[in-house]
Amino acid sequence: MEATLQKIVEKYGKDSARLMDILYDVQTEFNCVSDEAVEKIAALLNISGVDVEQTRSFYHFFTKKPAGKYAVYLNNSAVAEMMGAGEIAKAFETAAGVKFGQVTADGKIGLHYTADIGMNDQEPAALINGQVFTSLTPAKVNEIIAGIKEGKCVKDMITTYGDGVNANPLVKSMVKNNIMNNGPVLFTDYQVGAALKKVVEMGPKAVVQEVKTSGIRGRGGAGFPTGMKWDFCSQAAGAKKYVVCNADEGEPGTFKDRVLLTEKAKMMFEGMAIGGFAVGADEGVLYLRGEYRYLQAYLENCLKEMRDAKLLGNVLDKFKFDIRIQFGAGAYVCGEETGLIESIEGKRGEPRNKPPFPVQVGLYNKPTIVNNVETFCAVSKIIEKGGEWYKGMGTAESSGTKVISISGDCAKPGVYEVVWGMTLTEMLALCGADAAKTQAIQVAGPSGVCVPPSQFGRKIALEDLPTGGSMIVVGNQRNLLKDLSLNFMDFMLDESCGSCVPCRALNHIMKEKLEKILNGNGIKKDIADLEEWSNSLSKTTRCGLGQTSGNPISTTIKNFRNKYEELVKDVDYHSDFDLAASVQTSCNYVGRKPNIHH
Amino acid sequence: MGLFNNLFGKKLPVETPLDKVQDTVSSAKEVIKTDIQKEVNMSNKVKFIIDGKECTAEKGMMLVDAAAENGVYIPVLCHMKGMIPAGSCRVCTCKINGRNMAGCTTPVDEGMKIENDTPELTELRKTIVEVLFVEGNHFCPACEKSGNCELQALGYKYQMMVPRFPYSFPPKAVEAGAGKIYLDRNRCIMCKKCIRTVHVDGKNVFAFRGRGAHLEINIDKTLAAKLTDKQAQEAMDVCPVGSILRKEKGFDEPIGTRKYDKHQIGSEIEKVS
Repeated sequence: MEATLQKIVEKYGKDSARLMDILYDVQTEFNCVSDEAVEKIAALLNISGVDVEQTRSFYHFFTKKPAGKYAVYLNNSAVAEMMGAGEIAKAFETAAGVKFGQVTADGKIGLHYTADIGMNDQEPAALINGQVFTSLTPAKVNEIIAGIKEGKCVKDMITTYGDGVNANPLVKSMVKNNIMNNGPVLFTDYQVGAALKKVVEMGPKAVVQEVKTSGIRGRGGAGFPTGMKWDFCSQAAGAKKYVVCNADEGEPGTFKDRVLLTEKAKMMFEGMAIGGFAVGADEGVLYLRGEYRYLQAYLENCLKEMRDAKLLGNVLDKFKFDIRIQFGAGAYVCGEETGLIESIEGKRGEPRNKPPFPVQVGLYNKPTIVNNVETFCAVSKIIEKGGEWYKGMGTAESSGTKVISISGDCAKPGVYEVVWGMTLTEMLALCGADAAKTQAIQVAGPSGVCVPPSQFGRKIALEDLPTGGSMIVVGNQRNLLKDLSLNFMDFMLDESCGSCVPCRALNHIMKEKLEKILNGNGIKKDIADLEEWSNSLSKTTRCGLGQTSGNPISTTIKNFRNKYEELVKDVDYHSDFDLAASVQTSCNYVGRKPNIHH
Repeated sequence: MGLFNNLFGKKLPVETPLDKVQDTVSSAKEVIKTDIQKEVNMSNKVKFIIDGKECTAEKGMMLVDAAAENGVYIPVLCHMKGMIPAGSCRVCTCKINGRNMAGCTTPVDEGMKIENDTPELTELRKTIVEVLFVEGNHFCPACEKSGNCELQALGYKYQMMVPRFPYSFPPKAVEAGAGKIYLDRNRCIMCKKCIRTVHVDGKNVFAFRGRGAHLEINIDKTLAAKLTDKQAQEAMDVCPVGSILRKEKGFDEPIGTRKYDKHQIGSEIEKVS
């Protein structure tokens, strides 16, 4: 072990900032990052053991105990459950002979749940040793487990491949793109390098100006004006700056970046290089969620080809810019730009306090621009066709197009590039969902808004219904509060970094109250309490995750109050404490029947 | 400035001082205005208003410290002047130019309008204190820190009778094998003060473990064994609650005669004006 660890740590230059990569390699090598490994890594890096453990324990895909030679991570997010993940879980348990959360006695198969893996258009889906298995059925599960028992290589168990780059020899994945609507910006003809050739003639200031002219705002969901961000960073003091591409895409229901990464990788890398030229950065980092590691070989090859074509490295002999890929390891909060920066630095992905903003103090404390995959892709097109062209599309405050990921109860789940300003009614027609059979649309994922039919006339736009891309159609047959709100609250609880008191603890209390209501033990005051508490939560947390973490409850109370009112009792007090049930276990021990006198 | 330059205890150079970043707006709907100055005069004084009171402090100073200099108490649990701000307890939430923000992470600026002592904010702060009480296991009468505990003192300040939230009585592990320190996670409020201040050989002695509701404080036993008596005492003193205690030391001062037994928390600051 000692020698292997030494080799791994040396591979990353004994740099503690590369702890994510070190821990991933150790996890792959030993099937876990044991306490012993933690201490040894700490000694090799000359940092304290608790710091290594801090990072290890933060990420879902680093495990203290062996995760299983074949580690199955089944998605249990809301849409996966809607599409039958429960049945698939049972099939896995039956076939493997262990429960989720366990590993078989021989250490061969480990069953684990995980949050959304970006495959909502082809659920139920699971990751097995990093490879994606989509559209699972109990029969397929049996086949997979049989293959595992035979000792087959995971990659060999994938026999049919998805469309486009998914079938590329470097990917060979069964994932389908499901591009349902080609738009004018992203899913259209694009010539690699054309935009870069243009920017070196324009000069950095003109590039920033062009991006400003386009009016493009951040595509990750927050909608900050990209040109302004680049302007701040270009003016920030210091010779060393960074460009970071946020490909963490952890919001349940979002998978548009997956498709862009698959089909438009070079367009995105080119956008990053344009960003580097504009702000004066020579290094870029693509922060890619661990769930998309199946794209690694392909993406590395794209980088190599671009270097060979002088579109990276010594770019067109005019400026220097190169990119490396940093993988995440299963933490939604790392999609928050400063949590992401912390993660790149090898730490727990805890969002930083702002100010200072990353444009001033970012990666390694240097001025940094952090933009979403889609933003960088769009920038390449903006440079090619001009900011005015881009601004000509969309609404007053949201120019251009947006790639949305539609999933849930619709006939055509997939990615759609649409011009901003489309109404939800139009969107339902586009994706083949029957508005009359739709009880709600979850816009922008758990942290977004649950929109009722009476508001389906609202527009997808930053000034009305902003979204990073997640659109979940919820049919009438679903139990909205249980299937969505409760699932989302579980997600928020798991994914909170835990640093802010309200996000760590109040969410937990709120979730328990929601369960109390769902169990039929709620009273009217519980609804008022939930409203008040989610309000407190949104006012007192540091980052976007925390501020919106109560939304699964607060937006359903706001828009679906009757669903809560139907469940609660109109009394001042109701105890959900069941004395007989509580003493049952001890009664079993002593062989008595509960004998409680009320 | 060096406030944000800790990477596993190692120092990283900072080229952009904190005070060059002026605005504090992150909302998508708002527009950031920054004024990137070429020269920054550190003795720049700025005027700002807290609840109608005109205050003056050095530009860029964190609001809670700037307020204290002006005799205005803003409650804190995770903050200490001169320490890297953590911004994690959120008890210092104020309304700054109309937005709720943490006073410990917001630098003061010219013309800032701050609401501090309002019924709304008091209620929010009380909520947080109550959440902390139910999240852990705080049995004040048996705690060595009673009377010196900032959480308990805030409970008194906000006249918390019984928390509005259900107690969770979580099982928490204690650590008695860490040199001179006894770590009681039942009382820990995850303020990060120990993480930020206690170091041995340039390494962090404390760190977080886990995330979300499972977050807990972790202590490096090897490093903790090297702590001197003085360092162990400092670790205990920096802990706002009774989570870090020095072994074989305790109850030197009788309960009833301690700091917050005599004066309400914050009164020492409010006396300044």
